[in-house]
Amino acid sequence: MSKIIVEVMPKADLLDPQGKAVANALHRQGFERFENVRIGKRIEIHVAGEVTEADKANAAKIAETFLSNGVIEDVVKITVED
Amino acid sequence: MKIGVVTFPGTLDDRDAARAVRLAGAEAVSLWHADANLHKVDAVVLPGGFSYGDYLRCGAIAAQAPVVAEIVKAAAGGLPVLGICNGFQVLVEAHLLPGGLIRNEHQHFICRDQGLRVENVDTAWTNQFELNQEITIPLKNGEGGYIADAETLKRLEGDGLVAFRYIGGNPNGSVNDIAGLRNERGNVVGLMPHPEHAVEPGFGPDTPVAMRSGIDGLKFFTSVLKAVVNA
Repeated sequence: MSKIIVEVMPKADLLDPQGKAVANALHRQGFERFENVRIGKRIEIHVAGEVTEADKANAAKIAETFLSNGVIEDVVKITVED
Repeated sequence: MKIGVVTFPGTLDDRDAARAVRLAGAEAVSLWHADANLHKVDAVVLPGGFSYGDYLRCGAIAAQAPVVAEIVKAAAGGLPVLGICNGFQVLVEAHLLPGGLIRNEHQHFICRDQGLRVENVDTAWTNQFELNQEITIPLKNGEGGYIADAETLKRLEGDGLVAFRYIGGNPNGSVNDIAGLRNERGNVVGLMPHPEHAVEPGFGPDTPVAMRSGIDGLKFFTSVLKAVVNA
């Protein structure tokens, strides 16, 4: 099964409350060196058959228009896994 | 007069919104997310709730629903559209209003009677208010923090597109205390608080006069009646 993997992160200059909550929990556990945590999404798209150039182009498009919201998130990586 | 109320999987407040429409004196028409048909309604309400379980992003999957494609087309032609809470999130995800909504700054779900200032009365949904009128509307959400980039904010403020601002404390970290927006034409309005929960004495927010007597939300719905009659 081929996969296209899209990774989305909250924008760097935006507060990520989820990451902040996890960072606080880490600090409570004594991991002071782990200063900050940011949490994003990894979306795996399973493709029927081989990943074609058209599939890659479609994935890049929906990554920007649907899988992420450019106001609050960035698509940081799109990879293909066979 | 017919006002459509959309139901998505996970919508919660469609029945309250329909009741508010009836209390204002219009007929409420149920619109189904998968039905690409607005059934000749004169206006549309996108009510609150947790469409698609808030999967992906709040409102993001609902924004792709067949009925929303029809609403986007009709809104371009001037159809009045009100998005409440999750409905506001749907409007933002459907690009009918700019910016985005993120988790509340303090990370808690918040539910309270919220003070708002009406900052624009030239819309289909606010024409029955006085400019700068202070109203109380219930607020209940986990992801109500409004954000937009600096350029968008400048345009929103410069063009008078902020329809409502929080007063008496910012409940969720929204930039510039923004609680609700209008589009340039004034037919599309979205806000996080729930006007449909403040339409009937005995069931609204408390007021200095009596407990649960607040009905400030009713004016959203009487406003659209006036807007449609005058259109």
